[in-house]
Amino acid sequence: MKIPTPVAEQLLAPGQLDESMLQQCLHDLAGARIDYADIYLQSSSHEAWVLEDSIVKSGSFSIESGLGIRAISGEKTGFAYADSIDPAALTRAAQAAKGIADQGGDGKAKVLTTVTTHDLYQPENPLSSLSESKKIALLQAMDKHARKADPRIKEVTVSLTGVYEHILVAATDGTLATDIRPLVRLNCSVLAEQNGRRERGSSGGGGRVNYHYFFEPVWLDANEANSEQPRYLSFVDEAVRQALIMLEAKPAPAGTMPVVLGNGWPGVLLHEAVGHGLEGDFNRKGSSAYAGRIGEQVAAKGCTIVDDGTLANRRGSLQVDDEGTPTQHNVLIEDGRLVGYMQDKLNARLMGVAPTGNGRRESYAHLPMPRMTNTYMLAGEHHPDEMIASVKRGIYAPQFSGGQVDITSGKFVFSASEAYLIEDGKLTAPLKGATLIGNGPEAMARVSMVGNDLALDTGIGVCGKDGQSVPVGVGQPTLKIDAMTVGGTE
Amino acid sequence: MTEEVKLATMTAKEQLQPDLDRAVTAVEEALAQAKKAGASAAECAISHSRGLSVSTRLAEVETVEFNQDGSLGITVYRRHKDGSQSKGSASTSDLSPQAIHATVEKADAIARWTEADPAAGLADRELMAFGYKDPSLFYPAPQSPEHAAEVALACEQTMLNTDPRIVNSDGAHYSSHCGFRVYGNSHDFLGHYMSSRQSLSCMPIAKEGDAMERDYAYTIARDPSQLLAPDAVAREAVANTVARLGARSIATCSVPVIFHRDLAHHLFGQFAGAISGGNLYRKSTFLLDHLGKQVFPTWLNIHEDPLLAGGLASSPFDHEGVRTQARDIVNDGVVSSYLLTSYAARKLGMQSTGHAGGIHNWSIRADQKHTTAGLDALCQQMGTGLLVTELMGQGVNLVTGDYSRGAAGFWVENGEIQFPVTEVTVAGNLRDLFANIVAIGDDVDPRHGVLTGSVLVEKMKVAGQ
Repeated sequence: MKIPTPVAEQLLAPGQLDESMLQQCLHDLAGARIDYADIYLQSSSHEAWVLEDSIVKSGSFSIESGLGIRAISGEKTGFAYADSIDPAALTRAAQAAKGIADQGGDGKAKVLTTVTTHDLYQPENPLSSLSESKKIALLQAMDKHARKADPRIKEVTVSLTGVYEHILVAATDGTLATDIRPLVRLNCSVLAEQNGRRERGSSGGGGRVNYHYFFEPVWLDANEANSEQPRYLSFVDEAVRQALIMLEAKPAPAGTMPVVLGNGWPGVLLHEAVGHGLEGDFNRKGSSAYAGRIGEQVAAKGCTIVDDGTLANRRGSLQVDDEGTPTQHNVLIEDGRLVGYMQDKLNARLMGVAPTGNGRRESYAHLPMPRMTNTYMLAGEHHPDEMIASVKRGIYAPQFSGGQVDITSGKFVFSASEAYLIEDGKLTAPLKGATLIGNGPEAMARVSMVGNDLALDTGIGVCGKDGQSVPVGVGQPTLKIDAMTVGGTE
Repeated sequence: MTEEVKLATMTAKEQLQPDLDRAVTAVEEALAQAKKAGASAAECAISHSRGLSVSTRLAEVETVEFNQDGSLGITVYRRHKDGSQSKGSASTSDLSPQAIHATVEKADAIARWTEADPAAGLADRELMAFGYKDPSLFYPAPQSPEHAAEVALACEQTMLNTDPRIVNSDGAHYSSHCGFRVYGNSHDFLGHYMSSRQSLSCMPIAKEGDAMERDYAYTIARDPSQLLAPDAVAREAVANTVARLGARSIATCSVPVIFHRDLAHHLFGQFAGAISGGNLYRKSTFLLDHLGKQVFPTWLNIHEDPLLAGGLASSPFDHEGVRTQARDIVNDGVVSSYLLTSYAARKLGMQSTGHAGGIHNWSIRADQKHTTAGLDALCQQMGTGLLVTELMGQGVNLVTGDYSRGAAGFWVENGEIQFPVTEVTVAGNLRDLFANIVAIGDDVDPRHGVLTGSVLVEKMKVAGQ
């Protein structure tokens, strides 16, 4: 028995499939002169609970299961899927997918061999880790806490989501891999009102853990004993803090100036400005601003950027990627020098390198492609205070709402949800509407100080590419970029 | 010829019909189960889509994908002592009676946990689209990988051979899908309609010196005969892409801005968000209490036509079964309708406007004096300013109206394009932006649920070097 029982029970037994049928299907696919083919089985349960107006007003639950079959011949890929897992669906999808082939292949699938994976998270169902009444009580407690925090808080929305997913990959190269993936997220969003002005603040987090994670104590102040509270309340406090600060925010300036980015979630800059441009598909096709530049200096000295899918319990982590390759700690940029791309099997083979465990897909109904996992920059030596003090007039941006990149020109944009003006080395007014725009390679060349305070985000990232969404992590120490365009109105 | 087309329609529809019949049965089954479980009300929907998409790159087929999706979603309501209801939702991709049974049970179990909400429930019975007419959204189209590949390859061939500066390609993509939507609820309303959609796009990459630029062009239509020719799509994409070469930033300034027709719909999409019920009852919009108030210039009207034949945002009923109807959204610049679901309507003490699931074909209309014949004339009218052809990022805050997005486009002087612009932002407040629209081009973009030409705005802050 090579397939672990829980996965077999979830994915194979209901449709009366077994390993030999997967092996036979792969033989049939290989026999059709295909270079590579794989079968992806997936079953996932998803729940969401939402509180608004102080009542838990909606709850939803869904189960999705299905299979996807991909057949590759040279650079061509045929893909078909079915929303059921049984022998008939397997045969139908295989027939459709292999229609693509017209060359190559040795006509024999390798014998399936189990891939040894990491042990990064517990294979237990988060949805059942807390009773329904406790889930509801959790949302209500957060609502109460927010409303009590400040009379200016007028609306509170809290959402709790959990996913429990089983996957199995079997491929003609002999890969047989399975993974059981929990994923939870808790989010709090508040609306504050003062003198007719309204502003929102939001905060949240999660990871590949169960719901008890939200009840763990976190330190409010590292210097003070007994100043701890459960994590779910810290999300509320953060959302309230942001909304109240925004009530005082002034319009952001417009123009080019030094920018200090906070640690943690602002690593979304690296994700946009650098990460996407280092995905294997864009580089194989030569469509990335970083294509053909391995070995070159593409960022300032002192910048080391990694993508690491092996961090325990992290939102972007996976034991194996969606092609059955164990995830890795991949160094992308080392002391400013480009040393590696992120690869799936197809692009790795076509570029003559090894896959890096970055082949990911949104679901069985989507094709895998090179994607990020947890992407972050390693710490430097500067104290964040010293970095802010070094700026005469600029912006400090500790929170962002999201970003976007054009990987061909390298141009990126992202929006600060919390920002401050720096004047003569000191933080002064909070700012609203600060959008930052730049060019990936140029911005990274202008990194002049790297902080000693590396932090990863709290577990909220969703990355979209070609219409597919996957959970990711980002992180960085505080960073100073000497010149960036700030798109305010003043 | 007419006969052939009719025959093809029959065949394509006949292929979908058995699945539609099964879906209708599944929805009826789910509603019956919910009733049996003691639900005070229930609603159920299935959206089914099937088709294929083919990507080519450097004139070779790269991927062929076959798609088929359609899960059943049910919402079950349970009445509480005070008369209000709580609700639970569940969905399944398996339409077997056992799976439907389990799904209804799950939704019902959730409805027992969620709290009573006075605003929860189905839309009112008298709003249901009983006796609705089929909206003519289904057009037969070839659905073979060979045909799809032929179209995409033809597009890419032209794209690669039109201009020597096109050195690479992110490919061409053709997709063709058809499907249906079934919706039923415990008011004994059950409606369904079929639809189809095909699209072709391509993305060339141009290079000059070390700088690379990419852009794209696309065509989309329910009726395949309304698609632009592959050749035309390719030429537009190439023109867009090479025009970007040599782009540079500009000095920070306040100037008039034209939003090109390709993206002008975004502005009205943000307006739609600002007058939608969810944001209104959450007080999360800068257009709170703006019904009956002036938001746009007096010469601007927005009309909604949900039953436009072949319309990309047409539908005879919304996601709650509410009959859709033609209406003015903006009349002489004044907001004349909010966009409400039944839930938001109850929260606001109003009635559903049939907007569960979104808007239905808006046409943005200016009076004759403020309609400009084409983009060139609009540039002439602007004189000196920025023509925006690309927007990036999420810098729009609907709570405050604050707007700051990354932009690329062209610098215009004396009505003539001078050079391409990149790495700038355009910023302001949507309130001012809407009020300060100066003119709208007649170059209406047919590829959206919002039908508008290019939009000239009096002044915005452009941040650059």
